[in-house]
Amino acid sequence: MDIHEYQAKEVLASFGVTVPEGALAYSPEQAAYRARELGGERWVVKAQVHAGGRGKAGGVHVCNSDVEIHERCETMFGMKLVTHQTGPEGLGVYRVYVEAAVPIAREIYIGFVLDRTSQRVMIVASSEGGMEIEDISAQKPDSIVRATVEPAVGLREFQCRQIAFKLGVEAGQVQQMVRTLQGCYRAFTELDATMVEINPLVITEDARVIALDAKMTFDDNALFRHPQISELRDKSQEDPRESRAADRGLNYVGLDGNIGCIVNGAGLAMATMDTIKLAGGEPANFLDIGGGATPERVAKAFRLVLSDKKVQAVLVNIFAGINRCDWVAEGVVQVLRDNPVDVPVIVRLAGTNVEAGQKILAASGLPIIRASTLNQAAERAVQAWQNDRAQGVKMRAAS
Amino acid sequence: MSILLDSTTRVIVQGITGKMARFHTRDMLDYGTNVVGGVVPGKGGETVEGLPVFDTVEEAVRATGAEASLVFVPPPFAADSIMEAADAGISYCVCITDGIPAQDMIRVKRYMWRYPKDRRMVLTGPNCAGTISPGKALLGIMPGHIYLKGHVGIVGRSGTLGYEAASQLKERGIGVSTSVGIGGDPINGSSFRDILERFENDPETHVIALIGEIGGPQEAEAAEYIRDYVTKPVVAYVAGLTAPKGRTMGHAGAIISAFGESASEKVEILSAAGVTVAENPAVIGATIATVMEAA
Repeated sequence: MDIHEYQAKEVLASFGVTVPEGALAYSPEQAAYRARELGGERWVVKAQVHAGGRGKAGGVHVCNSDVEIHERCETMFGMKLVTHQTGPEGLGVYRVYVEAAVPIAREIYIGFVLDRTSQRVMIVASSEGGMEIEDISAQKPDSIVRATVEPAVGLREFQCRQIAFKLGVEAGQVQQMVRTLQGCYRAFTELDATMVEINPLVITEDARVIALDAKMTFDDNALFRHPQISELRDKSQEDPRESRAADRGLNYVGLDGNIGCIVNGAGLAMATMDTIKLAGGEPANFLDIGGGATPERVAKAFRLVLSDKKVQAVLVNIFAGINRCDWVAEGVVQVLRDNPVDVPVIVRLAGTNVEAGQKILAASGLPIIRASTLNQAAERAVQAWQNDRAQGVKMRAAS
Repeated sequence: MSILLDSTTRVIVQGITGKMARFHTRDMLDYGTNVVGGVVPGKGGETVEGLPVFDTVEEAVRATGAEASLVFVPPPFAADSIMEAADAGISYCVCITDGIPAQDMIRVKRYMWRYPKDRRMVLTGPNCAGTISPGKALLGIMPGHIYLKGHVGIVGRSGTLGYEAASQLKERGIGVSTSVGIGGDPINGSSFRDILERFENDPETHVIALIGEIGGPQEAEAAEYIRDYVTKPVVAYVAGLTAPKGRTMGHAGAIISAFGESASEKVEILSAAGVTVAENPAVIGATIATVMEAA
């Protein structure tokens, strides 16, 4: 789960990381008022969306008066901010964060990630702050400093000092760097983050170390023990199809194709999508309904997949290990009886009780296209989608 | 014996009183697995499917001589249960649980390292379907009837995709020596490389099938190991050709976040290491058959 910059700053500040003075606003008027409250002569106004690259996309503005803030905010609020991380639809701006501008002497990058090679928390830092980490590693790989943390003893002070000195931080600011790095590490581990990124971490002209931006991502599997973090979820930043799926306990990722997929198991779901693509179609979604594919879950899955209006055929691919094909077949039949669908449905069952499952599908009298292998299922789905589309065109032409 | 387990391996089930655990305990017994008991704190003295339940793994090991454990404990408590197994002297643990916090797994891995290598527990999973040596024993949740006994060693992240491969082999009359699920989590007990090493040294395994997916460095590490050390033919399939970058595809670990983590890059790396790659999940069985004929 992602959170907004202002939320991440609040979290990190509570772990001893220094952040600029700032305030949140939900309207241009409020933004201008917040700036006057903060005082000073220059402010930075930042659109709050769950994506990086806001500056280049017009989501961050330096303003010299409350009138200018109001003007900038008039265009920002309600806009869809499109950055290189959002995709072409962009993300809606409903909150802006106003901060007192800080006089910057130099910019540093620091990031904390779960490193899958060492299977530990890794710190990635660079003296080239302000650039995206991907660009730093492509253009200035020598500027990158890495360190992994021994989980039993945590991030040691010497490691923080080592990083600070390697980045060329002056001796007078090293202790502030230690506090910042250890604060981030503690926030990372105590709150079960999977990523903490401060870019840039700045050293100001008056020698303070301040987090000018902050990004945090949390482990969905650990949210059960951090209710205060779960509350920070902002559904306006999620694909509505995916929010609906998450609320129903289904694993769904929306894509751009026309063939909806309902599959059990993440690997098989990805493999099913791949087979559709190789058969000449485009998958509309990834959906893993999990091991216990009960009729209720199958029903939910159908509603979810069909709520995407681009979907012109649905491919159900279930390999029954924990569950049983006859249960799945009953679920499919029940769903299609209760809510007749106007797109072709292709069902492929395999595994436990497959014959019983096939019998139930055949005896239902419903226009279900059955398949016995994965290739056959994908080919029939693509074929059915193409026929259906051709027929649709003919019908439209006739009327 | 086959890798990791055999028909004589004494198995306990942690969390045996849960509905799913009971169901699969019955299934494992029917398959012929030597299940000797279970562990649920506070339920010591009860029985499940005729098997004794103990309060602690330590007690279970002392009373039954258990060597292997299957963890069916809910996510908030699963990491603790794995550590309990490691401490009690269990030598092989399979964790089925999906949804364990990643940082709990970091602690588990660190904890397992405190034991010297000859007493260090081997863990596969979490978030996997388990391990099966067809005709001998099943330690997990896979449907045993889709596996024939034979000489193909399967190692994969995904449960159902592994079933798909096994059933394609069965259709061709090809059997499996052992199939190991390493699970879909970012931090896991054993890597592809760890299991490849076992298959390479296993006389019952003649051909190895590796079923990977997007995300993480383990397929690339496996490729390097295969290039340098594996003499047996390896066939691979990597799922997620159509997966977009930066999105988690069901498995917590199935996310392309760095260079070399996409399906096409992994296919390239594996091919360069001499692995025969199945282009499409529907031809995994056929590709293995072709490689076996050539070998």
